[in-house]
Amino acid sequence: MSKHPYRGLTLIAAVLLLLPLVLPNSFYVDLAIRMAINAVIVLGLNLLIGFAGQISLGHAGFIGIGAYASAALPTHFGWHPLLAVVAGAIAAGALAAVLARPIFRLKGHYLAMATLGLGIIINIVVRNEAALTGGPDGMAVPPMVFGSFEISGDKPWYWIVASLLCFSIWASIILIDSPFGRALRALHGSEVASKVVGVNVLRYKLTVFVMSAMFASIMGSVTALYVGFVTPNLADFFHSIELVTMVVIGGMGSIYGSVLGAVLLTALPQALATFEGWETVVFGAILMLSMIFMPKGLVPTLAARFGKGE
Amino acid sequence: MLAEFLQFLFSGITVGSTYALAALGFTLIYNSSHVINFAQGEFIMLGGMLAVYFTHSGLGLPLSLVLAIVLPAIVGLVMEKVAIEPVKGAEPVTLIIITIGASLVLRGLVQIWLGKGTFSLPAFSGEQPINVLGATLMPQSLWVLGVTAVVVLCLWYFFARTLMGKAMLATSFNRVAAELVGINTDGVLFLSFAMSAALGALGGILITPITLTSYDAGIMLGLKGFVGAVLGGLGSGLGAVVGGLLVGVLEAMGAGYISSSYKDAMPFVLILLILFFRPSGLFGGKATDRV
Repeated sequence: MSKHPYRGLTLIAAVLLLLPLVLPNSFYVDLAIRMAINAVIVLGLNLLIGFAGQISLGHAGFIGIGAYASAALPTHFGWHPLLAVVAGAIAAGALAAVLARPIFRLKGHYLAMATLGLGIIINIVVRNEAALTGGPDGMAVPPMVFGSFEISGDKPWYWIVASLLCFSIWASIILIDSPFGRALRALHGSEVASKVVGVNVLRYKLTVFVMSAMFASIMGSVTALYVGFVTPNLADFFHSIELVTMVVIGGMGSIYGSVLGAVLLTALPQALATFEGWETVVFGAILMLSMIFMPKGLVPTLAARFGKGE
Repeated sequence: MLAEFLQFLFSGITVGSTYALAALGFTLIYNSSHVINFAQGEFIMLGGMLAVYFTHSGLGLPLSLVLAIVLPAIVGLVMEKVAIEPVKGAEPVTLIIITIGASLVLRGLVQIWLGKGTFSLPAFSGEQPINVLGATLMPQSLWVLGVTAVVVLCLWYFFARTLMGKAMLATSFNRVAAELVGINTDGVLFLSFAMSAALGALGGILITPITLTSYDAGIMLGLKGFVGAVLGGLGSGLGAVVGGLLVGVLEAMGAGYISSSYKDAMPFVLILLILFFRPSGLFGGKATDRV
């Protein structure tokens, strides 16, 4: 950990405060919101991949749970939107907890397979249960309301998402410097060794998995409420891969790497729009090149090169 | 009753053969390098799409098929040389991302080159169905089963009887020890990519007359092949074949008897159940940890 863990957070908070003043139009505000949403999800996923050393290839499934809880519960059952967000997060967390015990007996590629399978099943359920979810076409999401006050438009959501991002970064820093975080890193280093010194391996893995699933679900809800519409693409395999890629490109186990990875990869499709039809190819090539030349990810690589201050 | 069951069984074994070939591809690469090649599905797609392209451009079927196997094999070699060899020994996550990147590049290039359409190949020997106890069996299914069986036998011979095959096996058991006795393990890795690309492409070609193909057909086929490989215990050749066939049959049975809209979910439900109750697959040995 750096000696000044909060310097980066202060910088990001300052940027988030000033950003609305310089963003020329709502297109960029929208982009900033989506970057921040992804950053929070990636922070949670990075706890799992980077600190606990466990890979999840099905994280978009949890995003889907949150998003569809926010869409379906108020629409079909008249729940308050806020209650739906909480219910989604609890459902995602519970699912993660139930699955974690058997899944975490598995290692490496088996774990990747299990989470991948879970994500795909959630996506297929969402596509097929059209009566509840609108099927492949998706469904509209009732807005978040408190009494007569409705949260809509990009400005209010910008501030909500910006505060969520700052809070998540702060929480991650606290977590990683705590005994809990040290136990996690020990787990990544050597599972057997950490067992020997008395770390309850399964409990730690389970906690991180549940936390990252809940992060993902809540941000899924936020996405749904902000956009006002959900489609199954939110929960598909490609989205899971995008998220893992953000973690890896930013830097596994790096908090600010998570943010940078999310920002870059959210912007990338916009930047590639000029390549007309070549987006997929360029996206794939960037993934390969950055992994070949910077396998540790951007932030750790740059930190190692410039200055020992980090 | 029986006719219906046989019908599901036939279609299951047919598509399962493609999964089996893909699963063998996963297994070959996994054994020589411990890489899970997420681009395996794209080789299946490449096989089918190239076969379509060459037959449409007037080359005869036999020549088209040979080209549609050889070219993906070359693509596999290039991929190994360019993307896998430089990062040997990297973390599994890094390698997974690299192969995913490669799969996006391949899929994107094919999409630009041949478009987003769905294509078909003529069946190799006519469309006249064969009646078996009330169920219909397409001649193409026999081609799929026959060729798969021959390929599996050839692979068995290769690994059991030839020096190169034994070198590959030795590398999969213990890379360092294999290097010490003079086996060129880089060559083994190189060869395994070519072989698994060719296997995938072959599966893709064989199945195209039945299930059609398109630039994005490789994703699901590849993932189900992966399910087959894991089901068989990741690393076991026989396990991969049985696992692939099993995935195909269970999928067809599930689609027929339970729900056709959940067809694609069946293999993944299955793999979760198997992993929960038998964490190292059906045929995987008990693993021990090296501390």
